[in-house]
Amino acid sequence: MPIIEFDENRCDCNPGETLLECLDRYNCPPPSSCQSGLCHTCLMRCVKGTPPESAQNGLKDSLVKQGYFLPCVCYPEGDMKVVMPDDAAAPHTSAKLIEKTILTPAIARLRFAVDEDFSYIPGQYTNIFKSDEVARTYSIASVPVLGDYIEFHIEKISGGIVSEWIFNTLKEGDELQISEALGECFYQAGEEENNLLMIATGSGFAPIYGIVRDALNQGHTGEIHVYQGAGMAEKLYLVDEMKILAEKHENLFYHPCLSRDATEDFESGRANELALTEHADLKNWTVYLCGHPEMVKATQRKAFLAGASMKDIHSDPFEFAKT
Amino acid sequence: MSDALFDQLGGEAAVNAAVDIFYRKVLADDRISRFFDGVDMEKQAAKQKAFLTMAFGGPHNYTGKDMRDGHASLVKDGLNDSHFDAVVENLGATLKELGVADDLIGQVAAVAETTRNDVLGK
Ligand SMILES: Cc1cc2nc3c(=O)[nH]c(=O)nc-3n(C[C@H](O)[C@H](O)[C@H](O)COP(=O)(O)OP(=O)(O)OC[C@H]3O[C@@H](n4cnc5c(N)ncnc54)[C@H](O)[C@@H]3O)c2cc1C
Ligand code: HEM
Ligand code: FES
Repeated sequence: MPIIEFDENRCDCNPGETLLECLDRYNCPPPSSCQSGLCHTCLMRCVKGTPPESAQNGLKDSLVKQGYFLPCVCYPEGDMKVVMPDDAAAPHTSAKLIEKTILTPAIARLRFAVDEDFSYIPGQYTNIFKSDEVARTYSIASVPVLGDYIEFHIEKISGGIVSEWIFNTLKEGDELQISEALGECFYQAGEEENNLLMIATGSGFAPIYGIVRDALNQGHTGEIHVYQGAGMAEKLYLVDEMKILAEKHENLFYHPCLSRDATEDFESGRANELALTEHADLKNWTVYLCGHPEMVKATQRKAFLAGASMKDIHSDPFEFAKT
Repeated sequence: MSDALFDQLGGEAAVNAAVDIFYRKVLADDRISRFFDGVDMEKQAAKQKAFLTMAFGGPHNYTGKDMRDGHASLVKDGLNDSHFDAVVENLGATLKELGVADDLIGQVAAVAETTRNDVLGK
């Protein structure tokens, strides 16, 4: 069994166990959030031994060279000595809440002022720190040229540590720390003429709202079909803004969909199912999928089988910590 | 000789051309698609490339033990010779679609064949 050294702890890592689960068992885990290798909150550095390559996927080359890895997707293959990362490896920026709007009982919109040197592409995500130890990942819905704030859409998860804190406690004027922007689900330059299919559920609409406006701003000429879905009406938001946007751009087609409460205002059914029924041939399309992890994964496969190329399917599954 | 095969097929570009076609065939094939149900598509893309590079006789770092370990849970779920044959068949059909000559397809099938016992845990 590989032995993991961390501070004064020597931990036996069981077969099939991640390094994060192992340290958790010894009560010395690093902070973590998605537990799927996406958010990089759990970043650690290996100073003796070698992390498996698969635990370094998505990290910058400079970090890989220094032995950085993600313990939540690390199945140790030999003994390792690990340490917490240097501040420089996981840079933080302070962000000041300048506007908080409760859009619906389930969704809040937050706008933060950040340093000028914080750079991002709409659709990327960053970690919001509630404290030094507790962070969660949120997607950026704003577009740099449309305003000098960064915007998030937060869905209230009942009993959720960070989302409830954001809803109930965080107020305008408060400052907090955010990480650098990460992720690869964003509008790709050079695809101006492609047709785009965007599917979002719940607050998965946050990145889509950024990506669709980024595409329009960059002069996208192909068709853009946006399917925004939810079970209940209170999780469909910014519907009027999207309708106005669609009136202004004749290549934008907007479909708000409700799967449970049927009403006349919305299409009835699941966003992903409606989208794939109405667009059965996705050859040469670019597809964006954001939100519920199961929706994202199932739709990736369906979009692929409908003809979209694997490299043209961009997605953000909103993985959450399993407790 | 293996490297020569990889080059004759067109190297990495051939792998990139084949990966979408091959994986679409595999997922649409009722005989084997269930083995891919729980797998993450994005990670799978990288793995499919690894698979094709190997089958095309290209450079890779997998050992027989890796192949054994990598497929052990599938063997537990019933992976057998008929599934292996189906994968090889899809591989051949993919190459045919890409216009690859029959004798090269035969060589690819022969390379895949060398992994049979490890993949099936025999
Ligand atoms: C790449 C990425 C981008 C994301 N972007 C956004 C975003 O833009 N907006 C947004 O609102 N969220 C987003 N998330 C999800 C977010 O990071 C948190 O997981 C979410 O806010 C819950 O955190 P919490 O602290 O409130 O709940 P936790 O305290 O972590 O969880 C409390 C309980 O609720 C369960 N739970 C958590 N989330 C869900 C869920 N969605 N459905 C059912 N049960 C759940 C947990 O398993 C746990 O039992 C994103 C996640 C990822 C990985
Ligand atoms: C023809 C010989 C085969 C070769 C050379 C081969 C090769 C590979 C390789 C290189 C990987 C990636 C391993 C990794 O990086 O983790 C892999 C994974 C996989 N293989 Fe095969 N394979 C073969 C046959 C099969 C067959 C017959 C099936 C099932 C019908 C199969 C199903 C899978 C699955 C489902 C995975 C992914 C497992 C996971 O993601 O956890 N393979 N294979
Ligand atoms: S990357 Fe490890 S917890 Fe998110």
